[in-house]
Amino acid sequence: MTELLAPTPASDTAAPGSASGAAAVVVSGLVKRYDEVEAVRGIDFEVAGGEIFGFLGPNGAGKSTTINMLCTLVRPSAGAARVAGHDVVAERDEVRRNIGLVFQDTTLDGYLSAEQNLRLHAELYGVPRELVGERMRQVMEMVGLWERRDSLVNTFSGGMKRRLEIARGLLHSPRVLFLDEPTVGLDPQTRSSIWRYIRELKAREDITIFLTTHYMDEAEYCDRIAIMDQGRIIVLDTPQALKAKVGKDRVQIETDDDQAAIAALRERFGIEATVADGEVTFGVPEGEQFVPRLFAELDCPIRAVSVSRPSLDDVFMSYTGTTIRDAESSNTDQLRNVARMMSR
Amino acid sequence: MATETTARQAGAPARPADAPDGLPAGGQAPGELAPGGRAPSPVRVPIRSLRSELRAIKVVWKRELIRFSRDRLRILTSLMQPFLFLFVLGTGISSLAAASTHGVNFKTFIYPGVLCMAVMFTAMFSAASIVWDREFGFLREMMVAPVRRSSIVLGKCFGGATVAGFQGLIVIAISPLVGIPYELTLILELLALALLLAFAITAFGVMFAARISQMQSFMAVMQMAIMPMFFISGALFSVASLPAWLTVLNRLDPLTYAVEPMRRAIFAHMHVGAAARHALDPGITWWGWHVPTAAAAAVIALLGLVMLTVAIVEFSRAE
Repeated sequence: MTELLAPTPASDTAAPGSASGAAAVVVSGLVKRYDEVEAVRGIDFEVAGGEIFGFLGPNGAGKSTTINMLCTLVRPSAGAARVAGHDVVAERDEVRRNIGLVFQDTTLDGYLSAEQNLRLHAELYGVPRELVGERMRQVMEMVGLWERRDSLVNTFSGGMKRRLEIARGLLHSPRVLFLDEPTVGLDPQTRSSIWRYIRELKAREDITIFLTTHYMDEAEYCDRIAIMDQGRIIVLDTPQALKAKVGKDRVQIETDDDQAAIAALRERFGIEATVADGEVTFGVPEGEQFVPRLFAELDCPIRAVSVSRPSLDDVFMSYTGTTIRDAESSNTDQLRNVARMMSR
Repeated sequence: MATETTARQAGAPARPADAPDGLPAGGQAPGELAPGGRAPSPVRVPIRSLRSELRAIKVVWKRELIRFSRDRLRILTSLMQPFLFLFVLGTGISSLAAASTHGVNFKTFIYPGVLCMAVMFTAMFSAASIVWDREFGFLREMMVAPVRRSSIVLGKCFGGATVAGFQGLIVIAISPLVGIPYELTLILELLALALLLAFAITAFGVMFAARISQMQSFMAVMQMAIMPMFFISGALFSVASLPAWLTVLNRLDPLTYAVEPMRRAIFAHMHVGAAARHALDPGITWWGWHVPTAAAAAVIALLGLVMLTVAIVEFSRAE
């Protein structure tokens, strides 16, 4: 489990463009407007075949809307997108045949058994009958649910349901598997096992994986990630490159008077600090060496201090000026305001 | 391992439409052919064809049946109300009604209405399952499948009709209890009308389910539609000498065209006298023309098709 949680890149050999070559997803100028709200404000990117591509951002950033457009569930207001070589508007069914979907919320029929759910999917997707049995066993064994195939889905835990959905999404051998927040609401152990399947999958099948997440640690498993905020892609690169660009350690201090501390940091060290997650936060090149100076030279009392290596949190912070959690709460505030306006 | 070739052959009817895969569409090579040393996936979904649509209709239909067979409680509860009407109301009112029924058992008289009611409630619950499916997310699984929405709606309506027809069969099975003889032609005629009605009511419910996302609202709307239909249809009274306004409403009520032909068939098989027939089952007339059973069935079928079309259009439009 420790091995799984370690932020190692999924694999170097399958770097974008090397293996399968052809782009699995091509997006240009994609926009989605809902009445007055612009959920997605013109995004462009490409995902190479065989890549694990992550969409990272707070809730309400437009990730789900984008994924819904790519899955042909939502019509774009402007722009174009091709998935597995097919246009998402003009060739809707071709796209649908070539993608697998795992949504945030379960879409299983709880009154049917696991096997019945998969059979139903196979029928809807027209999987050749003689292949259904073998393929079903393959995908269910992969997620460790073969033994439970006759149980009603209602008797499954949240993690088992999610695993079954992943199996179902793979049943018709899609070229692109979309996972919308695949691990949200799951315990850490289940989360790591889901990531194990995803990586196994990449090794075993010719498949491109497109996922959204708002967990920073999960984004590190991706070959490349796009950071999305307020309907735009802010930056797109490999996790390593993104972290290298930040290049600074993050220092967080707890003080009695945050404003005084920020002023003192600016005056004495020329450092611009902000308050994030309730702590004074700033970046310095050599965090550990800096801490003794901090205690020696800062006038205001410090209650606690922590230094961390650059993480994707810092990447997000350096591009958006806020942490994911703070961005989320402000998005929630915005939603609340919209709701309030609508209810008037 | 049997791979591409088998998959392709199995999807043979789809051959011509496979072409886009082979074409240099937008200059993009299909991923499966790309060099890279990975084993190709064992399955590729065949292109859409009539066969795949039929498979979709069948699987949606089958799911209705599986779910219905699992839900014993539902089978019982949806028989509750019809049996209350038949045996409690029927028995209670029979002495009161005896004076005017020309010797016909009042329970026999209301039997066709009760049969229709059992069928309608079951069909309505089948349609309601779309609302549940939406709430529990399963609707999405069907909506994103690479099949026409019409196939899903059709499968749902056939499923609802089958399940409700089965419920109708239970009510038909008890018909000797109200003095109706077991006769094959009669049973077939009743069942055929029941199936037709079940299909129309399911389509009616699905049409609303496309727009209503809350179970409470859906049930309220359904009650609002079904109870007046039941009362106005003449299920519980004779339409022989009604005031003009009620006669007009009665002719407009679709259920009339199921209840009356059923009653006509039952009376014919029981050899009910002309006087009694005249009083209890004067038949449906349009400006003096007696509507025969075939025309009445056509009315229900037509309404069912119209509602089915509306339902398909609504589901195809939904994102």
